Amino acid sequence: MGHFASFVDFMHMGKHGLYVWLSYGIFLIIIVYNIVAVIMQKHIFFKAAKRRLRREQK
Amino acid sequence: MKLKFPRWFYRLASPKWFYEISSKLMPWLALVTTVLMTIGLIWGLVFAPEDYQQGNSFRIIYIHVPAAILAQSCYLFMASAGAIGLIWKIKMAHVMAKSAAPIGASIAVLALATGAIWGKPTWGAWWVWDARLTSMLVLFFLYLGVIALTSAFDNVASSDKAAAVLSLVGVVNIPIIKYSVEWWNTLHQPATFTITAKPAMPAEMWIPLLIMVLSFYSFFALMLFARARIETLQREKRADWVQDLIKNHP
Repeated sequence: MGHFASFVDFMHMGKHGLYVWLSYGIFLIIIVYNIVAVIMQKHIFFKAAKRRLRREQK
Repeated sequence: MKLKFPRWFYRLASPKWFYEISSKLMPWLALVTTVLMTIGLIWGLVFAPEDYQQGNSFRIIYIHVPAAILAQSCYLFMASAGAIGLIWKIKMAHVMAKSAAPIGASIAVLALATGAIWGKPTWGAWWVWDARLTSMLVLFFLYLGVIALTSAFDNVASSDKAAAVLSLVGVVNIPIIKYSVEWWNTLHQPATFTITAKPAMPAEMWIPLLIMVLSFYSFFALMLFARARIETLQREKRADWVQDLIKNHP
């Protein structure tokens, strides 16, 4: 498929597999980190805001 | 004579308007990012030909170059937003600057890490203290400095001002990064994309690269909006519309 003869070939990247997949792995981690960080922030904000609202209503 | 801007320009400064428009735009940005990134990654990893000198390690270009470009653009965005905030006292500009900083820092890490990994098979070393690499490292530290200042004071306005001033001073680093490969002897290759010349690689190599660059920008816009929304809520938590949002939140 594409440039490579087989899937094994694709994984090996002509002896550069380690470098290529390490780079793409870090890319994935950075993307996922960014997404998870904002979801956590939103969650924390609304949790704290709800608590504050309940306290003020008492 | 008084400058008159179009109405949308004034609306940009309204937190509530930003919150509403961003919630409409974000699904589209997510879609565009996913489509562009999927096409760019498959094209770059599977279909692009290998480099005649570097072999397949060259495929790191599809993350390294977009990350390096975005890390610098994001810095310029952050500094411009800081300047707008300082000059016209627009609160939303500071929200944007503060939200851009952690995204830019993470992208600078990506550019540095993929550069180091690419350097090993290409130059034989993970790291060299040359001008391009060092000025990129300085960019990362500038981001860290701005992040530290955005929450350094109890007073939000003081933090905003301090962060904006540091980011403006740090702009001097951007031309140093850009011209470092021309001013000094360096191992780093010159820019892949320039406005004046055609890329020195075949189309089946640079088109997926261009797609990846666009997908990085789209991802940045998405993350910027997401962070700026939360920052807006935090700063406007006493406003009626935010109180309503909190009440209706499941």
